[in-house]
Amino acid sequence: METTDGTTTGARLPRLNEPAPDFEATTTHGVIRLADYAGGWLVLFSHPADFTPVCTTEFMAFAAIYPELQRRHTELLGLSIDSVSAHIAWVRNIEEKTGVAIPFPVIADLDRAVATAYGMVMPGESTTETSRCVFVIDPIGRVRAMIYYPLTTGRNTEEIVRLIDALQMSDARQVSTPANWRPGDKVLIPTPPTVETAAERMTEEFASRTEGFERVDWYLCTKSVEAV
Amino acid sequence: MACLNADGTLSPSGRALVAALAAPSTPEEVARTTGLALYRVRSGLRELVAAGLVAIDGDRYRAAGP
Repeated sequence: METTDGTTTGARLPRLNEPAPDFEATTTHGVIRLADYAGGWLVLFSHPADFTPVCTTEFMAFAAIYPELQRRHTELLGLSIDSVSAHIAWVRNIEEKTGVAIPFPVIADLDRAVATAYGMVMPGESTTETSRCVFVIDPIGRVRAMIYYPLTTGRNTEEIVRLIDALQMSDARQVSTPANWRPGDKVLIPTPPTVETAAERMTEEFASRTEGFERVDWYLCTKSVEAV
Repeated sequence: MACLNADGTLSPSGRALVAALAAPSTPEEVARTTGLALYRVRSGLRELVAAGLVAIDGDRYRAAGP
């Protein structure tokens, strides 16, 4: 619901593991729909405004990880409440001044349709700009992770690559990943759901048939897995 | 308008998509042929279909000829 000061209240925000809000949006690469990304992963992210310093460093950082994301079947899609001409001017200026080409599209969300659907405007920070939001959307269109940073603080794009790696590992091997996990590290074996399987987890037989098994206790066990 | 210019002519990506549709192809095949990302192929084909320059036969697209 739009209020008189332009802020939005009562909108249902995306939730983890639920369908990502659908959209059709004007971008620097033409009109794009969420469905155009079906079958692959999408990192949809917002920035406050074009031609601003933190956002410029972030765009350069997102451009730097783009090849890594593509190797993970993941696309990038930026967004701010600016016109497509402003976006074009800004990405051309970034390339002219820094030599960094911006290879991904940027949504020109002048009517705030996408920003509202995804809850990207934080009125406590700004009623006219989107905050630094990141939505990771999986190949079947579910929201799998959300990150929110304030206007003042640039994001760590390497963490986004790590997050994609962890999500794809979890999907491929039905495991969880520990803090600061990186590909090649051991993964967490899901917590036993019953006392019987908890007891089994403590046996040497279980340990001997689980590659790279390490046990702190029945609820905290790790193992090795093949790369995804 | 990623594939069509304001005067109705094809943009470079529009020309690449139409050229890739000499034989009926799926969006995935077009993406492999052109090297364009799949989202751009899907978006561009939708635009070209709306302009009447590309037709759909089942799950395949083809350049709309006379």
